[in-house]
Amino acid sequence: MNTSLISYIEEAKRTGMSNRDIVHALTKAGWDIHDLATIVLDHISSQDPSSSGLIIEVDNLKKSYGPVQALAGVSLFVKAGTVTALLGPNGAGKTTLIRVLTTLLKPDSGMVRVAGLDAIKDDQALRARIGLAGQYAAIDETLTGRENLELVGRLYHLSPEVSRKRADELLHQFDLVDAGNRSAKTYSGGMRRRLDLAASLVNKPALLFLDEPTTGLDPRSRLALWRIIKDLVAAGTTVLLTTQYLEEADQLADHVMVIDHGRVIEQGTTKELKNKVGGDVLEIHLDDHQHVYKAAPLIKHLGDSEPRINEEDGTVAIPVKKGSVVLIDAVRILDDAQLKISDIVLRRPTLDDVFLSLTGHRAEDIK
Amino acid sequence: MISQTLSDIIVMTKRNLLRYMRVPQLVVFSTIQPIMFLLLFTYVFGGAIQGGTGSYINYLLPGIIVQTVLFGAMMTGIALADDLSKGMIDRFRSLPMARSAVLAGRTISDLVRNVFVVVTMTIVGMLIGFRIEHGFFNFLGALGMTLLFGFAFSWISATIGLIVKNVETAQSAGFIWVFPLAFASSIFVRVETMSKGIRMFAEHNPITYVANTVRALSLGTPVGNNVWYALAWMFGIFIVFIPLAVRHYRKIA
Repeated sequence: MNTSLISYIEEAKRTGMSNRDIVHALTKAGWDIHDLATIVLDHISSQDPSSSGLIIEVDNLKKSYGPVQALAGVSLFVKAGTVTALLGPNGAGKTTLIRVLTTLLKPDSGMVRVAGLDAIKDDQALRARIGLAGQYAAIDETLTGRENLELVGRLYHLSPEVSRKRADELLHQFDLVDAGNRSAKTYSGGMRRRLDLAASLVNKPALLFLDEPTTGLDPRSRLALWRIIKDLVAAGTTVLLTTQYLEEADQLADHVMVIDHGRVIEQGTTKELKNKVGGDVLEIHLDDHQHVYKAAPLIKHLGDSEPRINEEDGTVAIPVKKGSVVLIDAVRILDDAQLKISDIVLRRPTLDDVFLSLTGHRAEDIK
Repeated sequence: MISQTLSDIIVMTKRNLLRYMRVPQLVVFSTIQPIMFLLLFTYVFGGAIQGGTGSYINYLLPGIIVQTVLFGAMMTGIALADDLSKGMIDRFRSLPMARSAVLAGRTISDLVRNVFVVVTMTIVGMLIGFRIEHGFFNFLGALGMTLLFGFAFSWISATIGLIVKNVETAQSAGFIWVFPLAFASSIFVRVETMSKGIRMFAEHNPITYVANTVRALSLGTPVGNNVWYALAWMFGIFIVFIPLAVRHYRKIA
């Protein structure tokens, strides 16, 4: 009964009836005004994403490009007010998922609700509620920073005055005031990213999607961008970001979802994920970096899984249970083999270790 | 809703025109090239083709302005491919703006650019001997026909640009379909002088109908059925390519 009432009201609104006329028609049909108000208010709060606490709900989402299954049945939830990182190698399906969530791509099947709206049916309404900063800084190089922001404002249907005011605020917030009247062509990589991020915030979205926000940035610009993202989150914005960098997920996210081959294969807080690996990681630094290949097979039997070799750093890392016992064994074995150790540490696992033990390959390995 | 769509189209058109102002070489080179054509054809071939440059320029200029907007149409697809490869189209598609505004803004700003180019061509033509022989208003009609033709071909180009998604490919793809159409037409020479197979093609080429119409309006020769064939072609192009371009825009993966 209640749902048919709501759909009657929605239909009446679509045909252009005023609120007053609708109420009049309903009371004439015998509805009590208090009942009406209660039902409508209940409906509104059920539409409000914050009431369920979920701002993104995805169920069994599938998308294929020819024979390639980019999304092989993704299901996930994101709570409002959190930062969630989608972690996975290139080609895992992260970008495809973001494109579906931001209405850029229609899935083959599955359910997608974002900010209380169906991302497939209510795509245009949804676009007004979200912000997206894609993988490449989408800025018009021939325009100035300010003109870029005003353009986006006008396309959100803000008036010229409001667009200008909003551009001012954002240039200030993103430390681009001095560069604001310069053509974006002259911007550095970090400034482009900041401008792009600013453009995604023109409409003050409650939910922000960031697709690999710091890929290709130098460490200093990356830190600056992390700071900005943290500020946004502190101000209440929900953020869903994708990253290939485990450190980034570790720095920014409360919640991490590991994606591989179009599926969410694991999720939890970064701490939970690290605990999944169990125990510690024994990391051995060898004096001669070439020795990593000799050392790895010798200590293999001490660990829970294959040792990980990094020739560049001259390290061998291996997940272990009884850390302190194994440490002594490892030193003895390598000493017997006359492989000089420059350092040996037991450390808590990083997300990189987690990824390795979940997928069998490192996050950065696949290109 | 309609006013928002209109506002989106105006905002996009302004953005594109601003780009032309900021990067004037885009317009300058697309104007210099046809002027070069005009001068070369007039002074190199003019004598051979019609026995004197004086009469050939009157024949050639209407053809050349048609050719200019035809070549100019390629820029529509190139610009869209550029926006696509730079992620701008993704940005626009993520905004609650009208789905048609990016394409309409693009083709309309190219129409505005064509107005500038066509007027410049006419002035240069007059400097080297072109004369409007059939009255000013008929000549305006000729220019209107040229611009409408350019607008129609911009939609074909837009569709190609959205399909190939890459500036270089859009450029070379443009030459593949534009060159045969331009040269196997009455733009430069009368189709009667062509060999049989090409002549068949040239006679039904929409560009021949357009060039003939523009030429007739400019010179005062009989228009005949050319104008109707030309309009029918353009109508057909709009019917097919506007929905096709919009469909590709919506479905960009």
